[in-house]
Formats: sequence, C-alpha cells, structure tokens
Amino acid sequence: MSSASSFENSGLSSASAGVCTLSLEQAIEYLRGSDLSLRVYAAWWLGRFRIDDIRAVAALSEALADEDDRTVAGGYPLRRSAARALGKLGNQSAVSALMSSLGCSDFHVREAAAQSLGILGAQESIAKLTELLKNEVAGTEASLEEPELIQPYDAVLEALGALGASAAVPVIETFLQHPVERVQYAAARALYQLSETASAARQYGDFLIQALSHQKLQLRRAALADLGAIGYLPAAGAIASALAENSLKLIALKGLLEKQLEQSEGDFLCEESVKVMQMMDALL
Amino acid sequence: MANTQVLRLIRAVDAADSPAELVKAVEDLAATGAEAAIPTLIAVLSYSNPRAARAAVDGLIKLDITAVPFLLEHIQEGSSYSARAWAIEALSGIGDPQGLETLLRATTQDFSMSVRRAAARGLGKLRWQMMASEQVLSGQSKVIETLFQAVQDSEWIVRYAAVVGLQGFAAAVFISCPSWVISIEMRLAQTAGSDDSLAVQARPCWPSSKFSPV
Repeated sequence: MSSASSFENSGLSSASAGVCTLSLEQAIEYLRGSDLSLRVYAAWWLGRFRIDDIRAVAALSEALADEDDRTVAGGYPLRRSAARALGKLGNQSAVSALMSSLGCSDFHVREAAAQSLGILGAQESIAKLTELLKNEVAGTEASLEEPELIQPYDAVLEALGALGASAAVPVIETFLQHPVERVQYAAARALYQLSETASAARQYGDFLIQALSHQKLQLRRAALADLGAIGYLPAAGAIASALAENSLKLIALKGLLEKQLEQSEGDFLCEESVKVMQMMDALL
Repeated sequence: MANTQVLRLIRAVDAADSPAELVKAVEDLAATGAEAAIPTLIAVLSYSNPRAARAAVDGLIKLDITAVPFLLEHIQEGSSYSARAWAIEALSGIGDPQGLETLLRATTQDFSMSVRRAAARGLGKLRWQMMASEQVLSGQSKVIETLFQAVQDSEWIVRYAAVVGLQGFAAAVFISCPSWVISIEMRLAQTAGSDDSLAVQARPCWPSSKFSPV
C-alpha cells in the first residue's frame, strides 16, 4: 500500500537507524508534554524503534484521544501517528483503544487504526471493521484528498483479509467493482486470503497479476505489494517483468519465496523456491 | 552509426513528451552503442520512469568500460538515491575494477538500501583480470571485509545481495585464495542458520554456480 511510495523515504536512513536519539522515558515525557511537534515525533520514534513497553503502549493509547493537535481541516496528526506506532509495537493491550479509533472523524486515524488492528491480529475488531466497510459507523468523515473515499476501504479490507474474517466475504466481494482500482485490489487480496481452497483463491491472484500491467505506475506498485503479501507463486514471472522499481519487485518476490519456504517446511529448497531466487538475483 | 543519426536520437529523448515515447527513444538511443549517447543515458537515470531507466542501464552496460568514468562522475555528483541505484547497477553490471572504491563505499555507507544492495551485488561481479596484478590482493581483501559487513546490514535486501555477492566473489577466488572460500562458507552457514529473514536464510542454501560455497 502506501509503503510503496514512501519506501526508503521513511525518515531515518538505515545507516543511522542504529542511533536511538531518545530514551523511553524521554519519549513518554515528550508524548505527554505540550510541544506538539515533539509529541508527534515521540509517537513516531516509539513505533520506529518498536519500543514494546507497557508504559509506551499506555501513553500512545492516551494519545489516541488527544484533542490538542488539530489541523485546519479537522485532522488529528498525533492520533494518526500514535495509531500507526501501536501497530508496530505489537502489544495486544492497545486493541481496545485502537477499536475506538475506528470511529474517529479523521479518515487517516481510522486508516491507521485498521492497519494496526490487522497487524495485531485483533479478532475482536472484525465486527467493527465490517461496520466501517458498510459505512455504518456514525460521525466518520470522508478523505480530503483525491480520490475521495468515505472510508479507508483498502486498509479495512486488508485488515479483514489478514484477520481471516470469512463472514465478511459477501460484503468484501462488492468492492471488486469499486470505482477506485486500489480498493478493488485490496478486495482481491482479502478474498484470496479468505478463500477456502487454492482453486477458489486463484481468480483473485490472477486479477492482481492483471493489475501489474495497469498503465499507472502507482497502481502497478500497489498490485506488487498485494501479490507479495499473499505470496501468490504463479505471479513470479509477471512480478519479475513488471514495469516498476527493482526494490519493490524484490520485496514482492520475497513474499512469494517466504510463503513457499513456509509451505515446504524447513531445510528443503524446492524447485519453485529456486526459480524465485533466480528471479530475485537478476533484479539485485 | 553516423553522428547526425545519434544526435537525432539524443534529441528524441529530450523531446519525448509521454512516458511511452521516452522509453522508445531511450531504447533506440541505447541500441546505437555510441559513446556520444552516454551523457543522455545517464541523465535518464534521474527521470522517474523505471522502464526508461532500465533501458538506459542496459545500454550503459553494453557500452562497457567506456561508460565507467561517466558513471563514477555521476555517482560522485550527488544524484538522487534512485538515480544512484541505477548508476551503481550499471557499474555492477560492467564489473570494471575502476569502480571498486565507489562500490565499496556505496555498499556500507550509502543511506539508500537500493544503492547498498546493487553495490553489494556488484562486488561479487568484478572482473579482476582487468586490474593491475599487484593491486588485486589488496582490492580483494577489501571486498571480502566489506561484504562480511554488508551481510549484517539492517535491511534484508542488502544482506540478501551480500550473500549473492559473496558467492560470486568466492567463485572468483576459488583457485587463488581457497582460505577465503572457507571463511565465506563459514560466514554463509551462519547466515543460513541465524538471519532474521527467511529469504536471506534460504539464499546461501542455493549455490548459484558450481564454485559457490554451500
């Protein structure tokens, strides 16, 4: 998803990634302080370095209810940042605060909360996520950017797929016809993950392969990320020859390779894995 | 090919006003193999059109050592990270040891993981026979030291490329320095057993050439 475009521009470079400029105590102090820029920075920092400490989780969960940091358009930058960070920390105690954030008026807060709930494997959020998909949550506002979406559908669909929400399949299917392609891809990705058999899943994987030849680079990038996430092996050749940056193709192929390695369990390298590695080598 | 023809193709690259036209123009220019095309091909590396950049890289690799001084200058000039990654890729593809210092520096010091990745891969593809023989040993010892560092990079893709680089390097020194091959084997066994990423763990288990250590 959005990781494709911000790839490598994520603030800190890995050359300096080892340098932790804050301490946990300092970050929490900043987060609860009055300097808005430091509060956002501290939230980002806790997520970036995955500081999984119960005090950090508590302070970030509090920040999800912040009222001080508002944009002119009514957005909540600190809440967005905190919601993203909580997904990275991987701590289950953040789940209920994140579920409340699904009802936030700010589109991007809901988006980040949905992503984080998917990462955290929060089964209890399935019902609320499905309501969001049906646009049944009151008080939520549409995105301000183009294309205007009422809900962060792609993030919600992605989370539902990751959470194995098979009861949501009928609703998810309706999004295959959504006017925004990125949303269609997210639906296909989720349906692939929710399919009961490999043969039923295929049509969704193949749909995403088609998307690799979309005219728009941004959409080809999105399809690459989706195919990597589901590890759809028949896509290997199409990924290797897709018109996109090698770095993104490599990440997608890694997804395929790792899925294959997990399925073949252990030290045996099957022919398919070797083929994927050959393609990866050619892109290095 | 006549100079006027090359000039016409250079103009076509500059004048292209759609991504598809640009790709076509770059492919045509790259196909000439003309030295005069080099500055234009290098400029294309900075456009955000991966397909055109790919065609330019392929063209630069075909121009072989003629393109190397231009590429080195371009990398030193502080281009954007994606342009730098493409240039390093071309340099790696050519394998000219003139690029050694640049590749060594890029492998460990560049902030962009794409640049570090392409450089680590390139260190395994150097054509040592092109280097003055008295410099080979010191150059090779720097390469192995740098790749051992890269195999511990914070990004999986750089570690993956370093494994491939080490395998390529081992094949190059298989006869001349068997003791290095043994230390590479040991290092790769460690990666196979302990890397954080499953893909990187798996890569050393597949020797890409018959000289590669398993």
